[in-house]
Amino acid sequence: MDLKKLIEPESIAVIGVSLTNPFNPANIIYGKNHYHYKAKTYGVNPNGGQIYGQKIYKSIKEIPEKIDMAVLAVKAGLVPATLLECIAKGVAGAIIISGGFAEAGRKDLQDEIIKISREHDFPFIGPNCIGVYSHPFIDTSFVQNERLIYSRRGNVSLISQSGGILMDLIIKLSQEGVGLSRTVSIGNKAVVDEVELLKYFKNDARTKVIGMYMEGFTADRGRLFIEEAGKLNKPLVLFKSGKTPSGLKAVSSHTASIAGDYVVFSEVLKASKALEVGTMGEFVSSCEAFSAYPKTSIGNNVCIISVSGGHGAMAADSCYSAGLNNVAIPEEDKGKLRSLLSKNIQAIASLNNPLDLTGSTGDDDIFVTTKFFMDKDYVDCIVLLLLPYVPHLSADIGARIAQLVMEHNKPIITYMPHVDKYGIFIDGFETNGIPVAHSVPGAISMAKALSRRKL
Amino acid sequence: MKPEVKEIINGSVKSGWVLEPRAKELIKLYGLATSKFIWAKTLEGTLQGAKKVHYPLVAKIVSEKIMHKSDVGGVVVGVRDNNQMAEVFEKFSKLEGFDGVLLDEMLGGSEVILGSKYDAQFGMVVLVGIGGTSVEIYKDVALRMAPVTKDVAIEALNSLRGIKLLKGYRGKEPVSIDKLASAVVKFSKMAYDLRNDVESMDLNPVMCTKDKATVADARIILKTH
Repeated sequence: MDLKKLIEPESIAVIGVSLTNPFNPANIIYGKNHYHYKAKTYGVNPNGGQIYGQKIYKSIKEIPEKIDMAVLAVKAGLVPATLLECIAKGVAGAIIISGGFAEAGRKDLQDEIIKISREHDFPFIGPNCIGVYSHPFIDTSFVQNERLIYSRRGNVSLISQSGGILMDLIIKLSQEGVGLSRTVSIGNKAVVDEVELLKYFKNDARTKVIGMYMEGFTADRGRLFIEEAGKLNKPLVLFKSGKTPSGLKAVSSHTASIAGDYVVFSEVLKASKALEVGTMGEFVSSCEAFSAYPKTSIGNNVCIISVSGGHGAMAADSCYSAGLNNVAIPEEDKGKLRSLLSKNIQAIASLNNPLDLTGSTGDDDIFVTTKFFMDKDYVDCIVLLLLPYVPHLSADIGARIAQLVMEHNKPIITYMPHVDKYGIFIDGFETNGIPVAHSVPGAISMAKALSRRKL
Repeated sequence: MKPEVKEIINGSVKSGWVLEPRAKELIKLYGLATSKFIWAKTLEGTLQGAKKVHYPLVAKIVSEKIMHKSDVGGVVVGVRDNNQMAEVFEKFSKLEGFDGVLLDEMLGGSEVILGSKYDAQFGMVVLVGIGGTSVEIYKDVALRMAPVTKDVAIEALNSLRGIKLLKGYRGKEPVSIDKLASAVVKFSKMAYDLRNDVESMDLNPVMCTKDKATVADARIILKTH
């Protein structure tokens, strides 16, 4: 199944635009793509006419140019015939936004379009979805541009069974400064599902990290998914909902009684290359960590460098729950490090992990301490807990720390309170490729993700 | 699939599950070790069989109508002699669908459960768990897609919280994880081979010692087509 023209089309037709209702989803998709994205965009409505001063075609076959992909936003009953028209025109695939299929009790209608797809080797995404965002080519979500937050282009691609959750994930990741590459809402996943998209993303140079929201696999696709995940050389983070057992079923064996659907799911995932996370917060943290360190897999020895004892203690607790080890620092190293510290903190800094450099510290001491542990093999990952309340801390700290990551093959994760006022501190890290968590547990979640990754 | 396997499965389709003695024959066909057992249908045969299995032994009702044997008093552990054996036979023969007595060797060791289940998303999966018959209380289990390699079997066993109990906790003799893992591998191949016929299986308990893993009881539920 070739999905290239669904993800990177040069030309698209939006079928089902309204001549009278500017808030019709098809009109939003048309306007957004026509004015803001690279794919050449054509509108189709059986009455023809004009919107936004642009010609609207009566059918796809009237469009004089070649069309790579069609976005269908017509009534469910019209979808089969419209697909056949697209196929006749030589279109390479479709996104079916329309609902009213299996999710609404019309499995028959869904089976009909699956049959059309198979007979003509014509892939489609959906139905009942918001389709694809793939900068700079297309964005078929029917959310107006002004309501979206797309921070910057990046290397994380998302697959979601729910369009609504996908929008949430886009916003949450963007707010954390994580750049996105592609996002795909698969809806009823009648033809293109998680398995097909893993195959595509595996070879997609613009995708370095895959994040996935799902409710469940359709029959037997779970096994294929695990096989595909095993072939990936990029991290895959997965969040599942629908974990609650659906009532008591009378079962005759112990195995069937214990191994409910979610128990099997989480156990099978645990043994695979995919990383299942328990909360949305952990999903965002994990994607953020991998986005910064897509090729990294580390041990579980963490060194925490803080400017506040409380933050260090909180991080140590999070490490413990996450199965990470606050590595013990040899006495000899403590002595060496102390001799490198400035007079401001030399006598008062606590050099047991988590280290507390105190509020009297500044850029130089933080840099020296971080550099010291970058060279130590017993530390796999450094977590910096930085507070802009410390007078000697400057906005240059991020760029200086980033230098160390470039020189050493060891990840650094930062915590800094996320408030607009401190944006310049945070940018110093994020623009230079160091992830910044907005909570202490969030920072530890990032270290946990890197340590859980199986290469 | 071996013809002997097919024959046992086909013979069990009507009741929807495989009688324990037949299930044990099936397991042996896949190279797993079972307790020494004899299926006897008459009192005379039972007493003769008991001689071969040796007292004390475990006596279990064989009946297509009784899957949950303990619930109806259909399992007697530690039968000592012919007198008790005759009493047990008499009692079992009155139970519904009586089709003989299974005489089973008494085994010592640590209890482990091996199970399998056909999962709609992942196909046949195997389960390993600590605690044997208490598994539903502790729920200390690991599941993997069948078939598994020995490495995966060992990894799954090591992921159990109670693995320490098998590795010689507080002076107890450790069990052979190697033998147990080999049993898991064989069982997973069996489960995968039977993926179109079997809905779920319990080998429970599997008795583990320092040199073997032996299936003491087996329940095989077939798919209803």
